[in-house]
Amino acid sequence: MDDLLRPFDFEFFRNGLIVATFAGALCGLVGVYVVLKGMSYIGHGLSHAIFGGFAASALLGVNFALGAGVWGVASALMINGVTRRRVIGADAAIGVITTASFALGLALFAIFGRRGRSFDAALFGSILGVARADVWAVIGITALVALVVFFGYRQLLFTTFDPEVAEASGVHTARWDAVLMLVLATSILATMQVLGVTLIAATLVIPATVARMLTSSFSRMMFLATGIGAVTGFVGMNLSYHLDVQSGPTIVLVGATLFAAVFLATGARGLRRTVGLDEHSGPAAPPPHIAAS
Amino acid sequence: MLVNVDLTFTAGQFSGIVGPSGSGKTTLLKVLLGTVRPVAGSVDRRTGLRVGYVPQVEAINWSFPVTVAECVLMARTRGRVLPWRSKAEHAEVCDILDRLDIGELAGRHIRDLSGGQQQRVFIARALLGQPELLLMDEPTSGVDVRTRHEILHLLDDLHRGGLAIVLTTHDLNGMAAHLPHLVCLNTEVIGQGCPRDVLTPNVLERTYGARMETIEHAGMSIVVDNYEPSGNVVAFRKAGA
Repeated sequence: MDDLLRPFDFEFFRNGLIVATFAGALCGLVGVYVVLKGMSYIGHGLSHAIFGGFAASALLGVNFALGAGVWGVASALMINGVTRRRVIGADAAIGVITTASFALGLALFAIFGRRGRSFDAALFGSILGVARADVWAVIGITALVALVVFFGYRQLLFTTFDPEVAEASGVHTARWDAVLMLVLATSILATMQVLGVTLIAATLVIPATVARMLTSSFSRMMFLATGIGAVTGFVGMNLSYHLDVQSGPTIVLVGATLFAAVFLATGARGLRRTVGLDEHSGPAAPPPHIAAS
Repeated sequence: MLVNVDLTFTAGQFSGIVGPSGSGKTTLLKVLLGTVRPVAGSVDRRTGLRVGYVPQVEAINWSFPVTVAECVLMARTRGRVLPWRSKAEHAEVCDILDRLDIGELAGRHIRDLSGGQQQRVFIARALLGQPELLLMDEPTSGVDVRTRHEILHLLDDLHRGGLAIVLTTHDLNGMAAHLPHLVCLNTEVIGQGCPRDVLTPNVLERTYGARMETIEHAGMSIVVDNYEPSGNVVAFRKAGA
């Protein structure tokens, strides 16, 4: 028991644990929209795009959050703009914009050398650099995103499920798509410290996918995904300390293990859910010849 | 693309738009809905007209995690900010679902329903907005005969209740022939009026580019394909036999 509690003696671990738990919850919540919009690749792409901003801000000596944040938001809005034109698909837009940004980051590091924050930490995540300010930043961003999702719940649901009818019903779908992209970019920025560029996508996708396997209700899926993300972050961070493995990979592996377990457990339930699909309410009479108005 | 379209839909009207694939049926529906704007010309809608829209079932993401009640409540995005439904909204949703005879399915996932029930869910969503005009894109696409009958009965009831309905359909005999008013469309309006006046060999050939004949049955015009096998098809059949 003492061994389990020993890491809590260290402030860096306590900070990392809080950040990992909130980051997991945040990614779980945002991941619901990412998964349901069929944009699972965007988390991967956008985190790579933000890496370009990370490199540029490290080299220029500007604030990391500001540099990478502006870069990430610009990339997110570009992807959203290109996708809404419907000339090319979302996957192609993400592929072009984010890999170009990632390549630029690598090129900047190659030309000017690695300065500032750790290159490896940016790629794979590290709790060593988590400061008190980072903890408050992640908590604040999680609260902000939760508020956006809470007050925009109805519009975001309609926009995600049926954008055309939502638009016709008076929902500004372009505005809500942009809000969602901003929320996503902000969430990635906030969680990059712990999870790393290369692994953020998994924390966006896994909790939402596991939640989807457990429920067919949107509201329940949101609660489940948020909870699963938080638990995955908490457990993963603890294991990371005890196994002496980087935080990002450990959190993702905990999520992947949970996914495998739920996948195996719900196989039978999935089959049971299909029972009754062919039930009809009873035979109807032949159609009437509808009277002219 | 649509050209030379000059149509008027009035209160309480029940119209079907028919035409071949790519003739502009869905585009016309979306122009009426307001999500597609005409490049030239205009659409005059009465100020404050409430329009409901029922999309094609093929356009629905059936794996999306929404229950019947959640799906219907989507139509209510104005007025209440909180995510959960109010007591009044709950009562409204229950009332509409009961009216459409799917009240007991409120907690079911939308995929776990029959074709007719699924169509009713999206009609219920449209009705929650208390529309005066209901636009429906292929409401009987891919459903069996009994389900088509159910949907026709339902639409007839809604129409008798004062709702104006405009729908698109590919089904000339099972759907269009039962409607009081038809528009034949092939990038432009070929003909409009009651089925008896519109479902004629001349109008149908101009609409579909294929020869068709009509016969009278139980007071309705029934469209019959006038298909003549080509020599190649006959030769193929002989070889196969």
